[in-house]
Amino acid sequence: MRTREELQRISMTVEEYELAKSILGREPNDLELGMIAVMWSEHCGYKHSKKTLKIFPTTGPHVLQGPGENAGVIKLDEELALAMKMESHNHPSAIEPYQGAATGVGGIVRDILAMGARPIALLDSLRFGLLNNSRTRYLFAGVVSGIAGYGNCIGVPTIGGELAFEKPYTENPLVNVMCIGLLKGKPKSGRAVGAGNSLVLVGASTGRDGIHGATFASLELTSDSIERRPAVQAGDPFMEKLLIEAVLEALEKSDAIIGIQDMGAAGITSSSAEMAGRGGVGVEIEVTKVPQREKGMTPEEIMLSESQERMLLCVEKGREDEIRPIFEKWGLNFAIIGKVIEENVIRIKENGVVVGELPIDLLTEKVPAYDLVTKEPKNLKELQVIKEMLKIQNYGEVILRLLGSPNCSASNWVYEQYDHMVETNTVSIGTGASILRVKGKPYLLGVTTDGEGRYCYLDPYIGGMLAVAESARNLICIGAEPLAITDCLNFGNPEDPEIAWYFVETVKGMSDCAKRLNIPVISGNVSFYNESEEYTVYPTPVVGMVGKIESVESICTPEFKEEGDTIYVLGNPGNLGGSLFMEEVLGEVRGKPSFDLELEVKLEDLLLKAIKGGLIKSAQDVSRGGLAIALAECSIWGNLGVDIDMTTEKSPEELLFGEAQPVVIITVDPDREKKVEDFFKEIPIKKIGKVTGNNFVIKINNNKIVDLEIEPLKREWRDGIERWMK
Amino acid sequence: MNFGIVVFPGTNCDRDCYYVIEDILNQPVRFIWHKENNLKGIDCVVLPGGFSYGDYLRSGAIARFSPIMSSVKEFADRGGLVIGICNGFQILTEAELLPGALGRNKGLRFICKYVNLIIERNDTPFTSEFKKGEIVRMPIAHNEGNYYIDDLSKVEKQIVLKYYGENPNGSLANIAGIVNEKGNVFGLMPHPERCSEKILGSEDGLRIFKSIVRSL
Repeated sequence: MRTREELQRISMTVEEYELAKSILGREPNDLELGMIAVMWSEHCGYKHSKKTLKIFPTTGPHVLQGPGENAGVIKLDEELALAMKMESHNHPSAIEPYQGAATGVGGIVRDILAMGARPIALLDSLRFGLLNNSRTRYLFAGVVSGIAGYGNCIGVPTIGGELAFEKPYTENPLVNVMCIGLLKGKPKSGRAVGAGNSLVLVGASTGRDGIHGATFASLELTSDSIERRPAVQAGDPFMEKLLIEAVLEALEKSDAIIGIQDMGAAGITSSSAEMAGRGGVGVEIEVTKVPQREKGMTPEEIMLSESQERMLLCVEKGREDEIRPIFEKWGLNFAIIGKVIEENVIRIKENGVVVGELPIDLLTEKVPAYDLVTKEPKNLKELQVIKEMLKIQNYGEVILRLLGSPNCSASNWVYEQYDHMVETNTVSIGTGASILRVKGKPYLLGVTTDGEGRYCYLDPYIGGMLAVAESARNLICIGAEPLAITDCLNFGNPEDPEIAWYFVETVKGMSDCAKRLNIPVISGNVSFYNESEEYTVYPTPVVGMVGKIESVESICTPEFKEEGDTIYVLGNPGNLGGSLFMEEVLGEVRGKPSFDLELEVKLEDLLLKAIKGGLIKSAQDVSRGGLAIALAECSIWGNLGVDIDMTTEKSPEELLFGEAQPVVIITVDPDREKKVEDFFKEIPIKKIGKVTGNNFVIKINNNKIVDLEIEPLKREWRDGIERWMK
Repeated sequence: MNFGIVVFPGTNCDRDCYYVIEDILNQPVRFIWHKENNLKGIDCVVLPGGFSYGDYLRSGAIARFSPIMSSVKEFADRGGLVIGICNGFQILTEAELLPGALGRNKGLRFICKYVNLIIERNDTPFTSEFKKGEIVRMPIAHNEGNYYIDDLSKVEKQIVLKYYGENPNGSLANIAGIVNEKGNVFGLMPHPERCSEKILGSEDGLRIFKSIVRSL
């Protein structure tokens, strides 16, 4: 019998223990219990999210691999496919920001590698508290340098992502990392098959680091969490770089590798059980064959270690020596640690003596899946109402303030620390979705990540839809057709019915929007328990999306191009619900975000056609900060002014800073006004002004309420983050 | 012109250089694993950027002991062309094929961005396609680009490239690239292979490779 306290330390309930015992038909020993605990942890077992996630659309004619493998894969053309996946490393980053973020990069890169793909880009979606807090600055600087330290060394460019700074993330920052990779032919699988075939551990040696990291990730953060620092792994990017080259070389030169699997959370236990589960076989592992970094490691430590930069291969029996020299050339371990067996069990041996044995399905299919108990928060309806609005005296000042907010400003401080150019494919970053060329192909790739926690907090269904819609719109604005989604869902404790309600509603919103826009969700990750004693994070879904741009000629960029061009707004700007303006200027997170899905569908369709047809000169999505900030960014990037003249029945605050979606700003050659108005006649389109060579001027109902020079706009925008991080 | 690109464990710009030389310039090129010692038939050795041996001890400090480096030394002594880019530059200073050393950037952060450079010498095999005094744009991406030497007067005549306007890393006398006395070994922090195509934002880097091809 185990005590409740003993079980609590490994994040298991007494009920779960009893269930495991009854499936097993006996008491598990310590090794077996450790293995069950990690595989039944939320992090590995998805026990609170599995049922909800089933509603995502996951198929499409171009989907080669949906959820369930190391990463999702889509077909790009007859020759090339693209693997994509996003993952969180929130808890480790809250405790040890540099290593937490670094190993997050390492893990996601190996997921892509496991599909047989060469990683070609990384994106990071980061959320922190406010920068006036010194611990936040420590976490922020540490996370950024951890991503840089790892990503730069392995030679995979970090080309995008987004940032937000809001109070609920103070103690529990979000660090979501996305990786994409290219492969030729059929994707690889993390599958073990064929009794007698070898299990080969390649890469780094195994040490005592990261033991029970997966269970640690499945607990809320407390003041004692710092003591769990040993549960955070340490990364070795040099080793990872060698692993990437060795694995790709082995796959290119030999077909002896049957299956390939990242070894991440729960180490050898999860990688071998998952491989066996997918292949419908069993595995036998001899722990003394595992190359060890330290002396005297117990079988439990070896089976649970989360030492980084390791992968597990299933290699055809007798052909091991075809690939061994490749790994040895790169200076890596190549250790046959076990074999595939017919019996569906995982059998652990130490010097030939069986020290543990569990049925595979106990660690995979039979992980409990809970129905969530959900309840709408009582105060939500009240939160969705905007009370009386403060009247703004100086609109120009507000624009400067929002531009200088780290939530809107330039992110050079961050991305200049990342090598974003290595691999020489990076065409554009820093303004909307990032663009990569594909060597030898006429088409290009657009990549973006989006997700606004504030919207989900105020209306999770709409917030979920917006995360998907905004990603898609960002791709459309650069001329890319969206192809697939990977996501990372960051929430608090799902055993709290209100959090569970937020989770379910967010997933419904994402799913409904993805279905309507016809974009499959092909991989993803859920991170629960993102809360501390003081805060629970905003419900934060982050959507990573990839799209295809037909050719260099169909690239569209957001900056204003030429004096005299006509500026149009597509959609209906307005609604301060959940806006950054409400939060930064009025100090309130309030109101109900608004979104029109049917308009989104039409707008995206027309806009992409207009861009491909060369009808417009620039396109910019209106989101955080509203119309005023979107216009200011186009001015800053194009080094041009505007003369905006609008009439409206709404208040200037709503019109300029509202974040209703979808809204897009486009510019067109003045000769084409008629053509453009005709083209977009099915959706709301309004001429709002001209691009000029002078100041940033806005008139509303014939009142000039903004007249700013471009230089101060630029300065505020450029220094927003830097002024805190000097 | 036969190019040979040396690959150390941790090199990560090898394939980028290969692409420019083969696909853009249509010149013969092959990779040379660091454990080889055969440079037969090679006219120009490229030491590309990256993190050889993880840069764990000091950038370039371990790579200089790789077997290929003694061949590179002999090759350079015989007058063969050697270009070291970024980590390659660091390796060349560690191997004493070039004078001076490269320390941590003054801001103690990795910097990846385009910088302006001024061409100080165009009488080298690496820069003949430029005008003297010309300002060009190329990207840098490094942690250790802060060039230092005890006595600047020793290398003043060997400076080929200087940062122009902003000095991004604290480098002495704004040095971004130097040659050896003979002028056949060139080290530079900027990455010419990253700016050799219009689609990537600049073609200034291609002129370095073109100069090399023209020199033969």
